[in-house]
Amino acid sequence: MNLLAEAFAWIFSPDRLTGALPLPTAIAQHLAYTFGSVAIAAVIAVPIGWLIGHTGKGREVAVFLSGAARALPALGLVVLLYLLFGVSLKTEAAVAAFVVLAIPSILAGAYAGIEAIDRSVIDAGRAVGMTEWQILFRVEVPLGLSLLIGGFRSATLQVVATVTIGAYIGVGGLGYYILQGIPLRDFAEILGASIVVVVLALVLDGLFALLARFAVPRTAGPRRRSARRAPGSVSVPQFSH
Amino acid sequence: MSWVADNLDLIWGLTLDHLRQSAIAIVAGFVLSVPLGWLAFRYTPLRGTVLTVIGLLYTIPSFALFALLTLFGIPYQSELNLVVALTIYAVAIMTRSVTDGLASVDADTRSAAIAVGFGAWRRFWTVDFPLAGPVVLAGLRVTAMSTISLATVGALIGVQNLGYLFTNGSQRRIIAEVFAGVVAVVVIAIVIDLVLMLAGRALMPWTRRNAPLSRARLRAVTA
Repeated sequence: MNLLAEAFAWIFSPDRLTGALPLPTAIAQHLAYTFGSVAIAAVIAVPIGWLIGHTGKGREVAVFLSGAARALPALGLVVLLYLLFGVSLKTEAAVAAFVVLAIPSILAGAYAGIEAIDRSVIDAGRAVGMTEWQILFRVEVPLGLSLLIGGFRSATLQVVATVTIGAYIGVGGLGYYILQGIPLRDFAEILGASIVVVVLALVLDGLFALLARFAVPRTAGPRRRSARRAPGSVSVPQFSH
Repeated sequence: MSWVADNLDLIWGLTLDHLRQSAIAIVAGFVLSVPLGWLAFRYTPLRGTVLTVIGLLYTIPSFALFALLTLFGIPYQSELNLVVALTIYAVAIMTRSVTDGLASVDADTRSAAIAVGFGAWRRFWTVDFPLAGPVVLAGLRVTAMSTISLATVGALIGVQNLGYLFTNGSQRRIIAEVFAGVVAVVVIAIVIDLVLMLAGRALMPWTRRNAPLSRARLRAVTA
């Protein structure tokens, strides 16, 4: 456990506030990449997901995309876009890769949220004369919120993990220390930075869990949909590191 | 694409390494998740806690998990480190699938097995587990796909597999090499997924739609 003590000593050393990349700056970079990429992905994926959920069209495409994304290696995508964009655009290349990896989870959350709503609730909205837009924004979107937040949670954790790898093409973030420590065999640095990444991931995960609890509209009666799982369906995290 | 043609031997060798590392992790993850998933299913009060804690393992970024494992005496830059990390992720995905699968088994079927005198062990292996099969298989397929894609991160800790094409291609700025690596990983993932799907059909013939056997059996029963 000596190594663990050294790792914590590395994290809380005053040297972390100076040097090529101060720790607070690295954390800020890591969070900026994460939220920026997830926000861009949301702008693209949420409207499409709602459209798929509302109309029921294009569902197979969305399912295929979220399945295929699982097989896509994050490191390969980051490096590929980096080489295609060129060294001068490495930040853009990294963000593009993070966005690509964040889209499937958010898309799946958006359409699955609407799809999981009891059809009779939506029909009731239609029966009382709501327009399609009202049905979407007053019925489907609020009721689908919990699964959408789940999609954001997966996407965020996926991006946090991928930003760490993104340090490989020199975009900073917490992975910088890990990659710097490997050739130097500086395990205090590698482990220290890794602990910060893990804490960051767990804190974000916890925040999303809280958000899911408070942001979801309260409905009368028990939620039935969670019990109605189709055979062969599987609930797993949407992301891969 | 001449790089690919010139380096087919390298790609093939790395593919075999990649498959070996992934296969060990997938099998080990599967074997470990069956008792864990059963425990979570059997002892309902524990279920939420066990599944949450195991699920949290999945939120640990892979690059950081490698470092955490060194605390348990595993050498940082080693194939063992990669395989153990991949196994942990596999367990994180599979355990929930096993619990969900067991929960999906009809309670009447289970009662019937108890009524005709099946012991706990025999009931698990001949009734509960096979009937949980489709859900478990769905989880296994997801596990296989993500394990194969995740394994590439091993290249960053010096493990030889298809991820080497990313690091080497990046240093030498050969786009074809990186692209070949991405394609190879996706192709392997799809092939393994198909193999698992076919294995599932072979082992669980009752999940096949319009299975000729079931129709014949039905006729025999109704006749």
